[in-house]
Amino acid sequence: MTPLLEARDVVKHYGDVQALNGVTVTVREDEFVSIIGPNGAGKTTLVNVLTGLLRPSSGRVTFKGRDVAGVGPVRLAGLGMARSFQLVNVFPGLTVAETLAVPTLARCGRGGRPFASLGRDADVREGVAEMAALFGLTDKLGRPARTLPQGDKKLLDVASAFALRPELILMDEPTSGVSTHDKTAIMETLVHAAKRIGVKAIIQVEHDMDIVFGYSDRIVALHQGRVLADGPPDAIRADDRVVATVIGRLR
Amino acid sequence: MIRHLVLAAALAAVAAVPLLGRDYYATLMLPFFAYSVALLGLNLLFGTTGLLSFGHALFLAVGGYAAAYLGSTLQVRSLEAMLAVAVVAAVVIAVPVGWLCVRYVKIYFGMLTLAFGMLFYSFLYKFYGLTGGDEGMPVARPSLLGRGFGDLDKTSYLIGPYYYYSLALCVVAAVVMWRIVHSPLGLSLRAIRENADKAEYVGVRVRRYRFYAFVIAAVFGAAGGVLLVVPTGLASPTLAYWTHSGNLVFMLLLGGFGHFFGPLLGAFVFIFLQDQVMSVTEYWRFVFGAVLAAVVIFLPRGLMGVLARQERA
Repeated sequence: MTPLLEARDVVKHYGDVQALNGVTVTVREDEFVSIIGPNGAGKTTLVNVLTGLLRPSSGRVTFKGRDVAGVGPVRLAGLGMARSFQLVNVFPGLTVAETLAVPTLARCGRGGRPFASLGRDADVREGVAEMAALFGLTDKLGRPARTLPQGDKKLLDVASAFALRPELILMDEPTSGVSTHDKTAIMETLVHAAKRIGVKAIIQVEHDMDIVFGYSDRIVALHQGRVLADGPPDAIRADDRVVATVIGRLR
Repeated sequence: MIRHLVLAAALAAVAAVPLLGRDYYATLMLPFFAYSVALLGLNLLFGTTGLLSFGHALFLAVGGYAAAYLGSTLQVRSLEAMLAVAVVAAVVIAVPVGWLCVRYVKIYFGMLTLAFGMLFYSFLYKFYGLTGGDEGMPVARPSLLGRGFGDLDKTSYLIGPYYYYSLALCVVAAVVMWRIVHSPLGLSLRAIRENADKAEYVGVRVRRYRFYAFVIAAVFGAAGGVLLVVPTGLASPTLAYWTHSGNLVFMLLLGGFGHFFGPLLGAFVFIFLQDQVMSVTEYWRFVFGAVLAAVVIFLPRGLMGVLARQERA
């Protein structure tokens, strides 16, 4: 089976700084893959290359067999890949319902219609209601995003990516800035929502090893721009190099 | 409900102005209608999309000169034809200009629009044969819906049929813009204003929608430009001058760009304030500068911000 997403021999340098040095990562359907690594390992660069934001200096990135190197976020969303951000990223002045309507409209290809009525669009209404229900935001639909508590902002950010109904979703530290207690609840919500809307694969960048080992099918450990290890959680836990350079440091 | 009543009352009051027998005030309402149409468009660009143009007067000039050219040179006297030609001309100019400008945001967008506005001003000023240069072009009295109203003197024409024609066009423009602002495109534009990076990641075609907003704003600007030059009977290069663009931005700030009707209130107050202040002192620009500073500092949401607060309280 062809992998859903594949990065092959990806090199990315910024001037003299080598951020990625020949990274190969594949993600197949029904996989939950975590990318771990110490600060400066190249995680964010890899995510930006995988999501078509950065063009690799060399190497290939394919999504569903199609070259997506540097295509940009809008095209990628159209192809079925969505992304959420490490720092909370919302539309401060839009309500929860409006925030969820934006990707729903984009998915239906109607975001540019100047005379259609928003209120009478049944697809939008249903899409918004479904996403809000999945993420527990139903009773906050009318609230501007800026007035939400931090945890809800984080959920809204992820929910708006899910509203694109992507086949693959890439989450950059979905639980950062959230209390330990809320982390598990958020992860449960995400995994449940992903199943419900038919997301085929999830990639996350995460520092919290409980989350990483609790949810991943496979873990990719990066170190100094290279893949240090790539395997199921048990193998990663047993890998002395990973424990020494990544897990040990983070603990 | 209250909002509907206020709106209906305002509309009735505006419709009653020519009946009051104060012709002067009725003629002052004519530029109000013209600017209202133009500002509804400009505010789609600024209030809704977050792009501040300092060259929007360009499109009022396009409308004004289209009306003048059609009426004086081609002897076409229909206002509907003038509006149609103005809209087409605005689109023809807005497509390349907008295509370039929306590649930039914030001050770069503002400066680029300013540059195009001044470029057009220079064109109007220098191409004497086509535009009449600094003297401008006369605008012949247009027919309205095929009727010439030859029996009416100029004032009776302006504060009679032309007044209600302008008012009707203003209402149509407001209804159309209301629909646009509350459409999927309107929501996408607000998302772009709030967070353009995020918008891209949820599939919004940021640059393309900014371009749509630019072209729509240009069309409204040109329609407003046509309405503006009929009462004065003259299309002159100052229509495109940067201070005119500045006045448009002033009206938006004064009325409040965050509210749908803010621009209309801004146009109304601007015109009547300018009239009053100019009759008192020749240093009216000084007074207006102070007013602008006060609005920005004390009323960042404009006069409509004050009224809307009262409404909620």
